[in-house]
Amino acid sequence: MLGKEISTTDEFVKGLWRDNPVFVQVLGMCPALAVSNTAINALTMGLATTFVLLMSGICVSALRNFIPREARIVSFICIIASFVTAVDYLIMAISLELHRSLGAFIALIVVNCLILGRAEAFASKNTLGRSVLDALGMGVGFTVALLWIGVVREILGSGSLFGVNLFPDTFQTWTVMVLPSGGFFAMAMWLLLVNRLKQKETEAEKQIQEATP
Amino acid sequence: MNIPGPLQQPPTSAWSMYRAIVGIGALCALLIVTVYETTADRIRENQEKFLARAISEVLPEAQSTIAVALTDDGGLKESVEATTLPVFLGYGAEGKLVGAVVTAQGMGYQDNIRVLYAYSFELDAIVGFKVLDSKETPGLGDKIEKEPHFLANFERLDATLTMDNDALLNPIVTVKQGQKTEAWQLDGITGATITSDAIGKILNASANTWVPVLKQNSQAFSRREPAED
Amino acid sequence: MSDASHWSVFVNAALVNNFVLAYFLGICPFFGISAQLETAVRMGGAVSFVMLVASVCAYSINLLLDAVNAPYLRIISYILVIASTVQLVEMLMRKLSPTTFRAMGIYLPLITTNCAILGLALFQTNREYGFTQAIVYALGAGAGFALALVLMAGVREKLDLAEVPELVKGTAAALIVAGILSMGFMGFAGLGR
Repeated sequence: MLGKEISTTDEFVKGLWRDNPVFVQVLGMCPALAVSNTAINALTMGLATTFVLLMSGICVSALRNFIPREARIVSFICIIASFVTAVDYLIMAISLELHRSLGAFIALIVVNCLILGRAEAFASKNTLGRSVLDALGMGVGFTVALLWIGVVREILGSGSLFGVNLFPDTFQTWTVMVLPSGGFFAMAMWLLLVNRLKQKETEAEKQIQEATP
Repeated sequence: MNIPGPLQQPPTSAWSMYRAIVGIGALCALLIVTVYETTADRIRENQEKFLARAISEVLPEAQSTIAVALTDDGGLKESVEATTLPVFLGYGAEGKLVGAVVTAQGMGYQDNIRVLYAYSFELDAIVGFKVLDSKETPGLGDKIEKEPHFLANFERLDATLTMDNDALLNPIVTVKQGQKTEAWQLDGITGATITSDAIGKILNASANTWVPVLKQNSQAFSRREPAED
Repeated sequence: MSDASHWSVFVNAALVNNFVLAYFLGICPFFGISAQLETAVRMGGAVSFVMLVASVCAYSINLLLDAVNAPYLRIISYILVIASTVQLVEMLMRKLSPTTFRAMGIYLPLITTNCAILGLALFQTNREYGFTQAIVYALGAGAGFALALVLMAGVREKLDLAEVPELVKGTAAALIVAGILSMGFMGFAGLGR
């Protein structure tokens, strides 16, 4: 079996662009759209998800030889649910207001396909070190993607960024952007951009391949 | 799932399954309980601070409060039981009863809205109002929190009772913006009709439940010795 | 127990605050399954059933957790019960209708991670619905989910036959359709008050 030489930096970076969870793997969309109506919500959600990704990745990887195949999914779910409960209480302790605006969506991190997916596809089969990098990369990629959507929606829909008003009162906010439809449209817009960029990437690669005989 | 061929592993022994499930379960339980216990105090502190601040906003004259609850026969009693919708009696200087503060909740447009309002026994009216928790649409429904002309409704929202003190004389109701003619009406917000309507309904339901009981028992609770700090 | 009438709970869950189009719950299967009308209908049915069972279970678990004062076990107990319910539905479906089972493929076990089910359980707990309200809520949510799924599938089937730019094909187009559907459903605001 050919061993794939993946450098450690690549393990981290792949989550940011090539295998970005939201725009490429199209995983974990529920929270991406639901809580991204303001930038601070998007950031908090992204960080909370990264925390759960990281901690559950560490646990799953450390225990991977201890968990028999048949009990995999149940164990993963237990571990993920525990860390989600933990992050729920942590956010409540840090800021009640933030917890209120995110509401039930913190608890919904437990069903984020991204986390279970990474645990199953990667952490259960790789060393602790690599799993940490993978989890961090995916988490950061997820947070950045969420922030993109959140920033656009907040600026256009509320005329502010992180609560700071950017425009004079005469600015007519494009309210649909903070409504659910806006979430769909913002995501579609970014997805189109990402697709276009990736298309250009593959075209450029093809040109290079054709140029060099 | 059976993987045939050279990758097939021997069936897992019952012991290792048992060990794994119990082990994982124990670790998870440990984690959850540890985090819960460590954060419990801080969370309670946050909640109390938030509530105290909200109460002083809606009923500034109150210097101390006691939590009250309904008794089984419709009376009023002092209570320290935790509840999602606490009700308080506020006492001013010299321990005189200055008003009551009630939490209420109901369905808005997007999700539940939780509000806090202050009732004045003297004026038979709601004199303070604050939104505790709302997920209404930013820029539309959330105007109930800040819009000045809406908040002006609560400087003195009439909550007079009927002769037998058992229900509101005039139900609290939200009307279209600019069409308020009576003291028990709420001037709504155009563009946030559903949310402002919901506030009217929430206040009406809550006031009909609480104001009669509070009024009937106000004598019994009219004085309180200021607590020694 | 919340003050909301049963009718308003149902209409709210199905139309006004449709789980997929307003709360963004259940998006993964929504975009994954909605390409064909038939599978969409079946998925809608399966999800509705799981929602009903999950709602009843969540209500009972919550009573238990309140009795022992262990709110921190909520998330983990809800998700484990949901996972077991889905296993049950899977087994039933395999026995009663093997063709449907094969048609649904990976998406059946994915109902476990369907945010809509856990979301249903959590919302109903937060809003303190009584038993009958919870049942009605689950029925409404299931109906709404199925409706959104069927509408989406119908549109996507037609889209597949239309000339769509390469870049927009697939998920991006589905997202735009979902956005328009969501705006349409906003017209239900105020219904059932």
